[in-house]
Amino acid sequence: MAHMNMVHAINSAMDIMLERDPRVVIMGEDIGFFGGVFRCTDGLQRKYGEQRVLDTPIAEGGIVAAAIGMGVNGLKPVAEIQFADYIYPAFDQIVSELARLRYRSAGEFSAAVTIRTPCGGGIRGGQTHSQSPEGIFTHVCGIKVVMPSNPFDAKGLLISSIEDEDPVVFFEPKRLYNGPFDGDPEKPAVPWSAHPQGNVPDGYYTVPIGRATVVREGGEVTVLAYGTMVHVAEAAVRLAGVDAEIIDVRTLAPLDVDTLCSSVCKTGRCVVVHEATRFSGYGAELVATVQEECFWKLEAPILRITGWDTPYPHAFEWEYFPGPRRIAAALREVMTAA
Amino acid sequence: MESLAVQMVRVLDDAQHACGPWNPHLEATDLQVGLRYMLLTRIFDDRMQRMQRQGKISFYMKSTGEEAVSVAQAMALQPGDMCFPSYRNQGLHIVRGRNLVDLMCQCLSNTRDMCKGRQMPIMYHWGSGNIFSISGNLGTQFPQAVGWAMAAAIKGEDRIAASWIGEGASAEADFHYAMTFAEVYRAPVILNIVNNQWAISTFQGFAGGEHRTFAARGLGYGIPGIRVDGNDFLAVYAVTQWAAERARKGSGATVIELVTYRAAAHSTSDDPARYRPRDEWRSWPLGDPIDRLRSHLIALGEWSQERHAALEKELEAHVVSCWKEAVSYGTLTQGPKLDPVTMFDDVYAQIPPHLIRQRARLQAMDAQGSPGVAEDRRVLDREARFIAKEV
Repeated sequence: MAHMNMVHAINSAMDIMLERDPRVVIMGEDIGFFGGVFRCTDGLQRKYGEQRVLDTPIAEGGIVAAAIGMGVNGLKPVAEIQFADYIYPAFDQIVSELARLRYRSAGEFSAAVTIRTPCGGGIRGGQTHSQSPEGIFTHVCGIKVVMPSNPFDAKGLLISSIEDEDPVVFFEPKRLYNGPFDGDPEKPAVPWSAHPQGNVPDGYYTVPIGRATVVREGGEVTVLAYGTMVHVAEAAVRLAGVDAEIIDVRTLAPLDVDTLCSSVCKTGRCVVVHEATRFSGYGAELVATVQEECFWKLEAPILRITGWDTPYPHAFEWEYFPGPRRIAAALREVMTAA
Repeated sequence: MESLAVQMVRVLDDAQHACGPWNPHLEATDLQVGLRYMLLTRIFDDRMQRMQRQGKISFYMKSTGEEAVSVAQAMALQPGDMCFPSYRNQGLHIVRGRNLVDLMCQCLSNTRDMCKGRQMPIMYHWGSGNIFSISGNLGTQFPQAVGWAMAAAIKGEDRIAASWIGEGASAEADFHYAMTFAEVYRAPVILNIVNNQWAISTFQGFAGGEHRTFAARGLGYGIPGIRVDGNDFLAVYAVTQWAAERARKGSGATVIELVTYRAAAHSTSDDPARYRPRDEWRSWPLGDPIDRLRSHLIALGEWSQERHAALEKELEAHVVSCWKEAVSYGTLTQGPKLDPVTMFDDVYAQIPPHLIRQRARLQAMDAQGSPGVAEDRRVLDREARFIAKEV
C-alpha cells in the first residue's frame, strides 16, 4: 500500500501493464520523453524505451487510427488524448472504426484500444480545456466508457480497461488528479493522502468494469454521480443534511443498472448529477433507466443538476459548475415534493 | 522553383547587411516601424507573462523569438486581407493598430473583454481589424482560411487570406484539407507554417520535419512552397509580399515555411527545462529577429543604441500605462465584474427557451450560489414560456 494521487495511480497502472504484458504500448502527444502534460506517463519511456512508449505527432485522428492498426496486429495500445476537448479530430476513427470493427467483421477483427483523456473543468481552462464529452461516447455502441473518481478506482479500472477485449474510453477528471475536490474553490486543497481511496496497492489489482459502487449509504434519496461530482455530491449531502445514498456510477457504459435501481427502489427519490451540459446529456439516460425500473417506487420527480447548456466559460467557472449548493437545493426539493 | 522549398531565403547576412535578390528595398522609416512593432510585441509579452506570474491572469503564451513572423507578414499584407492566426500571432494585432488595452482586457476576462469572459487569455479576435477568432484547438483555422479565400474569389474581391499553423499542428488532418482545397480551388491564400522547432516537448522531427522541409509539402499538392529565415525581418517581408501578389493576381496559394525558434516556454503551464537543454534558447538559431533588424538599421546609419534604448523606455511606459487602464476595468478576481448571466448570450443568435430557464435559475441564486425562491420550477416554467413568447 502507498499513498498515491490520481496521477501516480494512473502511472502505476500503465507501469504494471507494460511490465506484465509485452503487447501493451503507450502513445500520445508529449507523453514519452516529457512524461505527459499532467505527468501521468512520467518515467515510463525511460523504463520501457521508445518502442513501447511513443511520442506522437499532434494528430488525434492519427493517434487513434494508428492505435486501431496496432490493435488489429495484436498489440494493446493505450492512447492518450491530451485533453478530452481535443478528441474530436479522432471522432470518426472512434465512432465509425474502433467501436464497430468487431461487429462489421462478424468478430474476425477487433482492436482492444484504451483511450485515456483528462476531462472536466475547474482549472481555468476555458472552453477548450474543460469539457466533459462522456455522453457523446456513451451514445456509441461498441465502446465502453469509464470515469473513476479516486486513485484506487483509477488504477484498478485502468488495468481492467487495458485488459478488456473491447475498446474503452477512459475519462480522467483532471480536477481530481491532486485531491478529492468537493466543489468549493475557496477551500484549501485536500490531498489524496488524507482520503481512504488514496491508499493504493503498489501491485496488480483490478476494479471491474460495469460495476457501480455505493460511496455513502442512506435511506431517503439516491444521488447518482461520477467523477468529480461524487465528491461534490458528498459535500451537498452534508450541506442539505439529508440521509442520502450516493452512488458512484464509475462505468458509464455498460451501466450497472441493478446497483443504481435497487438503491432508488429503496429510497424512492433520485437526483442525478454531472458536470457536462444537461440537454441530451448522460444524465438523461440515467433518469430514463431509473424511471423505467423504479417508477412505482418513486415519491418525487427525478431531478438533474448539471452544467448549463453553454460552452464552459473561462471567467464564470464557478457560476457554471454544478456546485454543492445547487445540488443541495435539488436534494431539498425532492425531499419536499409530494 | 522547387529549390525555394528546400533552401532558405535570407536577406540579412551574418553582418546584418541586406543583400541578394529577395531584398525588398524597404524605406528606413518602414524598417523603424517594423522594429517598433516587434519590440512592442516583446515588451507586451514580457509584461503579460509577469502579470500571470503574479496571479493577475490565469495563463499566457509569449511569442518571444517569433516576432518577425507576425510583424513583417502583417506589414506585407493589406489591411483588408483576412488573418486566421494561431495562438502565437499577437504581433498581427499590434501591426494592425489594436489598442493594447483591448488585448489586456481579454487576458483579464474583465468588463471590457472582447470575449465576454468566455475564452482563456490570448484567444483574441478582431472583426474590424480582419483578424479571426482563435479556437484553442490546433490547426482548425488553416482550412477555414482557404474557405474564406474561396469566398473572396467567388465574390470577385481582391482581398486575400493568410493563416498560420505551427509545424507541430501540421500533423493534424486539417493541414491536409487546407492544402487540397487551396490547390483544387486555386484559393487566394497564404498558408504559413511557423516552424519554431518545438511542439510543447517534441521537436519538429515528430511532425515529420527531420528529412524534408515543411515548405516542400506544398510541392506534393501542386502548391509552390518557399522556406524563409523567419527571424530575418526583410526576408519574411519579401517572401510574404511575393506570395500576396501571386494570390492577388489569381495564381493561387503559396506555402511559406518560416524557420524560427520558440525561445520561451510553450505557455505559462510549461517548463521547457524538462525536455530541452536549459540554455538552448541562448544559442537562438538564426539569431534574435529584433537584434538583427536593429543592427541592420544601425549599419545603415538609420538607428542608434541611444534611440533604441529610448524606444524601449517609451514602449515599456506605454505598456505599463495600458495595463493600469486595463485593470481599472476589472480583473478575474477584483474590481468591476462581468455579469455571469451573460454566459447564456451568443450560444445561439436568439436565446432558446431552455436557456432562458437556466439563466433565470442562475439569476435567482444568491451570492453563495444557493438557489433562491425562483428555484421553484413551476414558477420558472411559466416564466420561461412567457419570455419565449416575447422572444
